[in-house]
Amino acid sequence: MSDSSNENRKISFLTEKARELRTTILTMIHTAQSGHPGGSLSAADIMAVLYFDELKIDPANPGWEDRDRFVLSKGHVCPVLYSCLALRGYFPYETIHTLRKEGSILQGHPDMKRCPGVDISTGSLGQGLSTAVGMAIAGKRDGRDYRVFCLVGDGESQEGQIWEAVQTAVKYQLDNLVIFVDNNRLQNDNTCDIVMPTGDLAKKFEAFGCETSRINGHSITEIVKALDSIRGKKVQKPFCIVANTVKGQGVSFMENVVAWHGMAPNDAQFAQALAEIEGGR
Amino acid sequence: MELKKGLPTRDAYGEAIVELGLANPNIYVVDCDIGKSCKTVEFIKQLPDQHINVGIAEQNGCGVAAGLATCGKIPFVTTYAVFGSMRMLEQIRQEVCYPNLNVKIACSHGGFTPANDGASHQGIEDLGLLRTIPNMTVIAPADFASTKKLVKAAAEYYGPVYLRFTRDAVPFIYEADETFEIGKAKMLYDGKDITLISNGDVLSLCVRAREELEKLGYSVRLLDMHTIKPIDREAIESAIADTRGIVTVEDHTILNGLGSAVSDIVAEVGGCRVRRIGIQDQFGESAPYERLLAKNGITLEGIVKAVKELVG
Repeated sequence: MSDSSNENRKISFLTEKARELRTTILTMIHTAQSGHPGGSLSAADIMAVLYFDELKIDPANPGWEDRDRFVLSKGHVCPVLYSCLALRGYFPYETIHTLRKEGSILQGHPDMKRCPGVDISTGSLGQGLSTAVGMAIAGKRDGRDYRVFCLVGDGESQEGQIWEAVQTAVKYQLDNLVIFVDNNRLQNDNTCDIVMPTGDLAKKFEAFGCETSRINGHSITEIVKALDSIRGKKVQKPFCIVANTVKGQGVSFMENVVAWHGMAPNDAQFAQALAEIEGGR
Repeated sequence: MELKKGLPTRDAYGEAIVELGLANPNIYVVDCDIGKSCKTVEFIKQLPDQHINVGIAEQNGCGVAAGLATCGKIPFVTTYAVFGSMRMLEQIRQEVCYPNLNVKIACSHGGFTPANDGASHQGIEDLGLLRTIPNMTVIAPADFASTKKLVKAAAEYYGPVYLRFTRDAVPFIYEADETFEIGKAKMLYDGKDITLISNGDVLSLCVRAREELEKLGYSVRLLDMHTIKPIDREAIESAIADTRGIVTVEDHTILNGLGSAVSDIVAEVGGCRVRRIGIQDQFGESAPYERLLAKNGITLEGIVKAVKELVG
């Protein structure tokens, strides 16, 4: 079989996984009647590529010392992370129906002590990237070849601590760290431009010293290519991939609508959303 | 007890952390640009591969430490008490205490000990702030020997620990072979009239106050409550049963510090009154250490007066 047909198969496989992620995200938020669909959907394609292609992980051994780490710095979009973990078999799929319920491993924000596959608890914005830097330093110092992937929100980059963490990643030459920016341009109160303009984030990360690229965060092909181009590259600096995305991607009435940052669909909305996602098959 | 001229407890931290780091490659120091003041210079020299300096970015330093801890490291984030307790308080809560990671927050410049630095650098609320966070252990050692022992105990214990050291010299109280256990108060003297409970840099003041009180005919029990969380409930219950009152003495605001922690237990057990000597809900200023204590009634005379009022 040719390389290009292999590549095509991979792209269709990952596209299908992204669709399954979106269905799972909406199902768990609908069941919980609470959660953050907008940013979960904007990150779904990136997460599909990470969890079904890129990450060196073993669902049967979540604590494997040489595994790649993933840090969801924008912790409120945990439905997309939980969907990845469920579909990869870290826990039974039915567990998704316990999101945000008492006693659940699927807390409102990720809890590493409860949920297998969660490498660090997050939820308070701006803090996850620092922990990813710590993991990457440990990996370098211990001579392990794992990498650390961290998903940061564009709104989240308003937190000063993000830039403290980037400085540290650059100082310690962490080319085992890959920062994804989910650049969906919306945040809780309004658009980022209205609440607090973030400027050109790719230029900012570049200026801080990251090896930075800019992609369409809903093109599986572009995400795969971006990761292919940095794998194994020793550049003595952290990588940053600014992924331009659409908040609520895949569900017409959620796309680019601020209100869907943290709102659950009702039954009719849920049915329509699922139909749109399945209809895209 | 003849109190000998001592050393700052930050110096003891500097010695202990090198000994720990040499013995265990997983011991890390995360500095925030004040390693010179916090005495990690020798650690940097001897163990550069176990050292990280995040610069003037304490919040990030705490997060980096949390990440290191998930990979089996035992990081000591090293800074001043004001920054270690407040600048990175939420990071400590979210990324260290909530996931119960093995991170230590090691802070110099506790209480009024950075006296001439002024109020901005005097960490007078730290112990109270840290004690409210679940999973956190809070320790304020009193002298050089006990600091060395308690830093080592903190490294051996799994979980978040906040440690508070002094900028300036405090008298030697303990011999080097004295043993210490986290959460277990040290009884320096037994007595039946009154119990003095103290920790940190003002324990030596209580040693002197006890001598004065004994001269006046009081039988004084003196406890070093180096760990204010978990507090040694048993030691407080014994003080209630065996003596007629408790006076707490701390270089910390009287709100939510040692006096409050002791009072929490006394309020539940009953049968005893407590006088809290400490910083009177006000900021310090640039002034000599003894003057700052005196302005808050943290003096030998203040302790004697409190005891007289309490037990007659």
